[in-house]
Amino acid sequence: MAETELKPPKDRAVPKELLESLLIRLAAPFAEVGILTRMCVSALRGMVRPPFRFANYVSAVEFIGLGSVFLVSLTGLFTGAVLGLQLVDNFRQVGLENQTSAVVGFALSRELGPVFTALMVSSRAGSAMAAQLGSMRVSHQIDALKTMAVHPIQYLVSPRVAAGFMVVPLLTAVFNVVAMVGAWFVSVKMLGLDSGVFLGRLQQMLDGEDITQGLVKAAIFGFAVCLIACRQGYYASGGAEGVGKATNQAVVHSAIAILALDYVITAIIIGQGLF
Amino acid sequence: MSEIIVSIRDLVKSYGTQRVLHGVSFDLYRGKTNVIIGPSGSGKSVLMRQLIRLEEPDSGAILFDGQDIAKVEGRALSMLRRRFGMVFQHSALFDFMNVFENVAFPLREHTTLSRGEIRDRVEERLDSLGILEAAKKMPAELSGGMQRRVAVARALILETELVVYDEPTTGLDPLTTQTVDELILEAAAKFGVTSVVISHDMASVFRIADQITVLNFGHVEASAPPESLMEVVSDEVRSFILASGIDPRSITKIRKN
Repeated sequence: MAETELKPPKDRAVPKELLESLLIRLAAPFAEVGILTRMCVSALRGMVRPPFRFANYVSAVEFIGLGSVFLVSLTGLFTGAVLGLQLVDNFRQVGLENQTSAVVGFALSRELGPVFTALMVSSRAGSAMAAQLGSMRVSHQIDALKTMAVHPIQYLVSPRVAAGFMVVPLLTAVFNVVAMVGAWFVSVKMLGLDSGVFLGRLQQMLDGEDITQGLVKAAIFGFAVCLIACRQGYYASGGAEGVGKATNQAVVHSAIAILALDYVITAIIIGQGLF
Repeated sequence: MSEIIVSIRDLVKSYGTQRVLHGVSFDLYRGKTNVIIGPSGSGKSVLMRQLIRLEEPDSGAILFDGQDIAKVEGRALSMLRRRFGMVFQHSALFDFMNVFENVAFPLREHTTLSRGEIRDRVEERLDSLGILEAAKKMPAELSGGMQRRVAVARALILETELVVYDEPTTGLDPLTTQTVDELILEAAAKFGVTSVVISHDMASVFRIADQITVLNFGHVEASAPPESLMEVVSDEVRSFILASGIDPRSITKIRKN
């Protein structure tokens, strides 16, 4: 019998490049948190250190706030209307249609108002901010600021995140009011609920705590959305393609952050009874 | 040659495992047009980013009037940067400001001048560079040559001592290239600044340079006046210069007084 030729065992070791690439992918979310934290600290420091560029803050408030009012109102109107439509129709089957306004008010003020408003701000203002900063980065305008001894994060990022923090709660209030009008119109004018009962139940069930909780969430979402948009734009690279990628990631990351933060904040509030 | 304004000593810069600058040393001369040339990938842009402190070198020193640019921080760095002007490859004008606002920007940021004083100074500078009529235009409405003029005006609006031009003639037609060459010399003559030009446009280089430093694979190959450069460079660099289709001996240097 011929002697079986011994073959060397197959190299089962994971190639070094694959391992490195895997580690980089696993570390990426932590690196991202690190970058965001550094930018956040730098932006906060920029808000309290001179020079104070009030015009930049006013311009950011105008861009994020005034520019989003119509979009937020329109979204609010349809959200309220569809909630009214669904709830009256379903509650009628169990005789609870008079509770419609309370449920709509509760859902809007605590969850839907801040979340939908922040999503709208992220898709309109956040994407625009990422594109603007990204374009400034790839055309060396951010480098130009540095060479002129102007701190780019203080000049570009601080006003935007401060504006997001201040303006998104106001936009949420607009969203909630318009959405309630939409719900009232569908419930009362179209589906025949009594207007007095609708408004009475709303007043009875909804308290300041619900509204405050929503506004606190909105402020945190606003800050996060603008910070993420600025981070994506500020560190964009690779020309037009890089700016497109930054814009896209700004919206995607913001949406994930809003929903994740919503859960965390709600858990903290409910768990510790802060509100 | 005149007094040294910047002395670069043993500059080393790496990105990851790739070393781009391998101990670069040379001098820049006050009031002169110092040109840095080299093939693509030779480390010119990386050197420029260290020179204006957009990045920090791994080791080495960049001495500007005795101060190491690579080491200064905070307020000292901010004060140092005000003495520098930078004209980027594609001008890097702020696209959300018009020409006037772009040029006024450094004054608004770093001086306590009144609105009227800023207006006077900006208009005077725009006028001296022949672009006053474009003051209200947005950067996107200007030609490449005009954008370079605005960038020069912005770089010179403070009490600038040294202006760095990063490939100022890239993407321009031959006529505009010549205009930009004249502009660099005009700015130096009118405002007494030192110019550092990073370029691989050989015709332009030999028209404007007082001193040429050749960078090759992150090493300084030679640093000499244009008249004697061809005698001191290696065959490789000589081929690189001649490959641009120009004969340096046939180029007439522009003189501005």
